[in-house]
Amino acid sequence: MTEVQRHDYDVVVIGAGGAGLRAAIEARALGRRTAIVCKSLFGKAHTVMAEGGIAASMGNANPGDNWQVHFRDTMRGGKFLNNWRMAELHAQEAPDRVWELETYGALFDRTKDGKISQRNFGGHQYPRLAHVGDRTGLELIRTLQQKIVSLQQEDFAATGDYESMIKVFAECTITELLTSAPTGAPGSAGVIAGAFGYWRETGRFVVFNAPAVVLATGGIGKSFKVTSNSWEYTGDGHALALRAGANLINMEFIQFHPTGMVWPPSVKGILVTESVRGDGGVLRNSEGKRFMFDYIPEVFADNYATSEDEADRWYDDPENNRRPPELLPRDEVARAINSEVKAGRNSPHGGVLLDVSSRLPAEEIIRRLPSMHHQFKELADVDITAEPMEVGPTCHYVMGGVQIEADTAAAVGVPGLFAAGEVAGGMHGSNRLGGNSLSDLLVFGRRAGLGAAYYGIRLNGHRPAVDEAAVEAAGQRALVPFAEVAADAGPGVTGENPYTVHMELQQTMNDLVGIIRKADEMELALKKLEELAQRAARVEVEGHRQFNPGWHLALDLRNMLLVSVCVAKTALERTESRGGHTREDFPLMDAQWRNVLLVCAGATADELSVTHEDQTPMRQDLMDLLELDELKKYFTGEELAEHRARAPR
Amino acid sequence: MPHPVATTDAPAPRAQIQARTLRTDRWWLSPLVQAGALTVLLGYVVVRLFMREYYWVDQFNYLTPLYSPCLSEACTPGSAHFGTFLPDLPVWIPLPIIVFPILLGFRATCYYYRKATYRSLLLSPQACAVREPHRRYSGESRFPLVLMNSHRYFFYAASALLLINTYDAVQAFFPRSGGFGIGLGSIILLANVGLLWAYTLSCHACRHILGGRLRHFSKHPIRYRLWSLLSRINGKHMQFAWISLVSVTLTDVYIMAVSAGWISDLRLFN
Amino acid sequence: MSYWAHLRVWRGDAEDGQLVDYPVEVNEGEVVLDIVHRLQQTEAGDLAVRWNCKAGKCGSCSAEINGRPRLLCMTRMNTFAEDEVITITPLRAFPVIRDLVTDVSYNYAKAREIPSFAPPAGLEPGEYRMQQVDVERSQEFRKCIECFLCQDTCHVVRDHEENKTAFAGPRYLMRIAELDMHPLDARDRQREAQEEHGLGYCNITKCCTEVCPEHIQITDNALIPLKERVVDRKYDPVVWLGNKILRRGDKRVR
Ligand SMILES: Cc1cc2nc3c(=O)[nH]c(=O)nc-3n(C[C@H](O)[C@H](O)[C@H](O)COP(=O)(O)OP(=O)(O)OC[C@H]3O[C@@H](n4cnc5c(N)ncnc54)[C@H](O)[C@@H]3O)c2cc1C
Ligand code: SF4
Ligand code: SF4
Ligand code: FES
Ligand code: FES
Repeated sequence: MTEVQRHDYDVVVIGAGGAGLRAAIEARALGRRTAIVCKSLFGKAHTVMAEGGIAASMGNANPGDNWQVHFRDTMRGGKFLNNWRMAELHAQEAPDRVWELETYGALFDRTKDGKISQRNFGGHQYPRLAHVGDRTGLELIRTLQQKIVSLQQEDFAATGDYESMIKVFAECTITELLTSAPTGAPGSAGVIAGAFGYWRETGRFVVFNAPAVVLATGGIGKSFKVTSNSWEYTGDGHALALRAGANLINMEFIQFHPTGMVWPPSVKGILVTESVRGDGGVLRNSEGKRFMFDYIPEVFADNYATSEDEADRWYDDPENNRRPPELLPRDEVARAINSEVKAGRNSPHGGVLLDVSSRLPAEEIIRRLPSMHHQFKELADVDITAEPMEVGPTCHYVMGGVQIEADTAAAVGVPGLFAAGEVAGGMHGSNRLGGNSLSDLLVFGRRAGLGAAYYGIRLNGHRPAVDEAAVEAAGQRALVPFAEVAADAGPGVTGENPYTVHMELQQTMNDLVGIIRKADEMELALKKLEELAQRAARVEVEGHRQFNPGWHLALDLRNMLLVSVCVAKTALERTESRGGHTREDFPLMDAQWRNVLLVCAGATADELSVTHEDQTPMRQDLMDLLELDELKKYFTGEELAEHRARAPR
Repeated sequence: MPHPVATTDAPAPRAQIQARTLRTDRWWLSPLVQAGALTVLLGYVVVRLFMREYYWVDQFNYLTPLYSPCLSEACTPGSAHFGTFLPDLPVWIPLPIIVFPILLGFRATCYYYRKATYRSLLLSPQACAVREPHRRYSGESRFPLVLMNSHRYFFYAASALLLINTYDAVQAFFPRSGGFGIGLGSIILLANVGLLWAYTLSCHACRHILGGRLRHFSKHPIRYRLWSLLSRINGKHMQFAWISLVSVTLTDVYIMAVSAGWISDLRLFN
Repeated sequence: MSYWAHLRVWRGDAEDGQLVDYPVEVNEGEVVLDIVHRLQQTEAGDLAVRWNCKAGKCGSCSAEINGRPRLLCMTRMNTFAEDEVITITPLRAFPVIRDLVTDVSYNYAKAREIPSFAPPAGLEPGEYRMQQVDVERSQEFRKCIECFLCQDTCHVVRDHEENKTAFAGPRYLMRIAELDMHPLDARDRQREAQEEHGLGYCNITKCCTEVCPEHIQITDNALIPLKERVVDRKYDPVVWLGNKILRRGDKRVR
């Protein structure tokens, strides 16, 4: 086996997005030597792309806001499938996490009295999103990055070495989590002992020995053709967790943002922010009709306008008019656009038209939506102050992820493994509210850092040893794509191009497990995925190990395929529609399914199992935060027996 | 292992590309034009400095800004509005021996002219992403270029001169014959002063002193308004730098021509 | 709608390399990064290039196109004539790793040398109060996506490797300006900007501003104001005298 670099740390954080950096800050604060490992350069993680804001009930814009209201909104948004304990912690702690950022140097937009300004967003009852123009994610990542640097400066002053306590391993990809060698003693196997990866720059292998690993690797969007996600989103963390023995939950729930760019082809999927509609933008089909009025679901009928006149009055007078249907929740709008396109009423390039040009004066558009104006001008030659944008749904966020214990962010089933951010599941239930992800990163990033630090401290120096056989195996597996496919592999069998396999995977997921799902299509998808997995095993790359994107993609493919199978299998299993999961053959929400989590386990696609698990019943005091009438829409009668409205006085 | 693996431990060199630049546009054009313009204008001014005549039109109270204020005993009678502190100067010392260094210093240390001269005359760099020819470079971190930091004093001094120029421009509306009068010369002098004010007020040092140095704009609302205004014209500083330079030159040309009697002033009123 | 473009890409590593010609198909609306990806998918599977977001937000895909530092994902193909040769080279101020990927660690090293935000004493989290007009100047600089194009184009280090020790580069001098203008930062930064981070090396020739994809006015709003602040502190006897007389000591302006 080739030479392997070795490093010893107390905590290894995989991922340098909001969740990973916040975890590392906390672990270092508790005196743990911490490594941050990420696939791209430091400060480039996907979190930079977030635009709208961070949800936290600070009550700066409306003093009526508090954690209870935020909790309610989050549960509603997730159609009550959320892990209620996570939603509770999230709502309670988000304000502190945001205020803390200010002490790191963050500069949010301000209110008149000098506090952090908060903006409205879909599903949030009060203006709640702390923001910096439309580049909040950049501010978040830069602030945390600079906080890490400041901790390194403190360490330098104390020890003469910037990296004595926190080191960033940038452009280093983890391909395997390492567990301790089974000793036969009960409970000794399957304990985290470290991680295996390679330097993208040199192709050299690296092993981290560490008793605690935090997964903060983000999402899975690159398995879909049309997505707002970056190349990093290959589901690595999801797959690593599965292979280490952890569970994934809620994988059937994927958020499709209704408005992504559709043209030109090369930018298809890039996000068009929700603020466009919030600021007056309307959706029209090829016949010029504001079609959203035809798509107001029964449950929302009371809250949304039924005529254009009323909808237009809402912007100036929200008290006496109902909201325009363009502002329905993301899943509703995405489905409506999809139907219009299917019915042939699409815009020239297969989307619908989103128009602000006829609604606001040009200067106003440029002032409120600077980056959208810039984005369309630069990338599509479209002047949004003069013509409508063409938009269509785009894969945006995965609600599913590693099953964790809410308080510690510890992965269920694998001691030493922790997960936070988009890679963790449960917090958002079946659908995430805008702004709730960035706050999730901070709240559970911190908790994962704490969890990992204390876990290590409690081990009291008994660090599990890495299974050397697994290191050997990981190294060999990583080099497979360089081996030529043997001539005797079979008639007509040749090496596969990783880019081709990837494109076919994206097409398959997009067409068959996309925004609207059907049993037969998903069965077909599973067959195709199996076939693609076989082809992926024969992928052959040219060149050598030094910064070779073809090779990197070949290794990522394995993770994308495994995670895609999870998505397809759970989506097939859940025979209802809820949040980010829509079945054409089961279009209704079913209260019997509300309590059911679909749990994926298994290290390979063949071993992958999907089991049903009941949710822990929600604590009564939290239940009582909601009105019985609303809960009745989601819960079964027995589940509500103890509600305050029913309890004897 | 079939594939070579490079190490990253040693500091690796840059990509081996010999070309000085791979730019395909006409990047050399603008520094060339600037160098030409600067040389011509500076040459003209130097010639004029040693001419010692044709800077004053007695009949209409026209004084060229190049010689204002004229402070030597050698000044043409009537042109020294602020007294003659200086003795009669030998021919090799120009009459505006105080004024000219201030004007030159103000422009030479101006942030915009610095950029223009560094690029077009000192070639460091001639254009962006074009390799400069110097072996070593320390910029404004050392003597002599560290003296560029004196720009602020030149700004103070030049502002004082500009007040005098403004006085001169007003005087140009009151010809010797008495009363109020307007000639092309007085209009030119006035316009020139206006452009000089635009140039001087859009100066970076001015923007800093009047507002930029504050840390909390919210505690100084008036200075904040001023700073916002200055910031807006500061964005056009380059344009004002060129226009005012040309206007000073043309004003001088006009006054020289009238003073020498090559043309006569076009009188519009009185 | 589509045509074949003539691409010339620098391929090589730290030892040597050369410009290699490729004909590549171009479709309507594509950016240079799309064309580089097409090359990877077809003729050059191992062509090394950095990118993440493909939306101009992360600052990963920096390279030089026809000699000018640019983001590959924000440079549209229709800005070139169809018969134009398009030359793509790695950033020239930094050591090359492979093909279009360079070692940008200089920037991270410099980032670490700039003292971080110093929180004000006596203010707890949640008690920070700042006015919008007071944060706006620093907010402009915080738009920076750390693409390092300004660092690459600045002649101080691009043409003089030996200056890298003394000079932080525009991005990090701007960081000092950002903190110096931060309404609540508690550290004195003006002297060290000149004495330790090489502000004096900048000759305000504005190439950094020219290449910044975020259109930050680096020179006008960060570097020149910082130079003026240094003048306040180091070179202005009037200010010095005023401070002496009013016994304000060596403190910063409010
Ligand atoms: C366009 C867009 C706009 C958005 N706007 C908002 C918004 O306004 N508000 C909001 O709350 N949310 C928003 N979101 C969602 C939110 O940005 C993300 O969910 C969130 O940033 C995820 O952060 P994270 O910390 O989990 O992971 P990321 O920031 O994605 O970081 C993942 C990290 O893991 C590393 N990594 C991955 N795999 C490996 C591996 N194998 N080895 C080593 N490292 C690895 C990556 O390099 C990276 O550093 C938006 C998302 C998009 C796409
Ligand atoms: S203005 Fe200064 S920092 Fe910017 S490129 Fe020029 S010399 Fe470098
Ligand atoms: S200042 Fe501009 S050019 Fe420099 S790194 Fe930041 S975004 Fe890039
Ligand atoms: S005069 Fe040009 S900057 Fe002062
Ligand atoms: S890929 Fe992110 S800026 Fe180009």
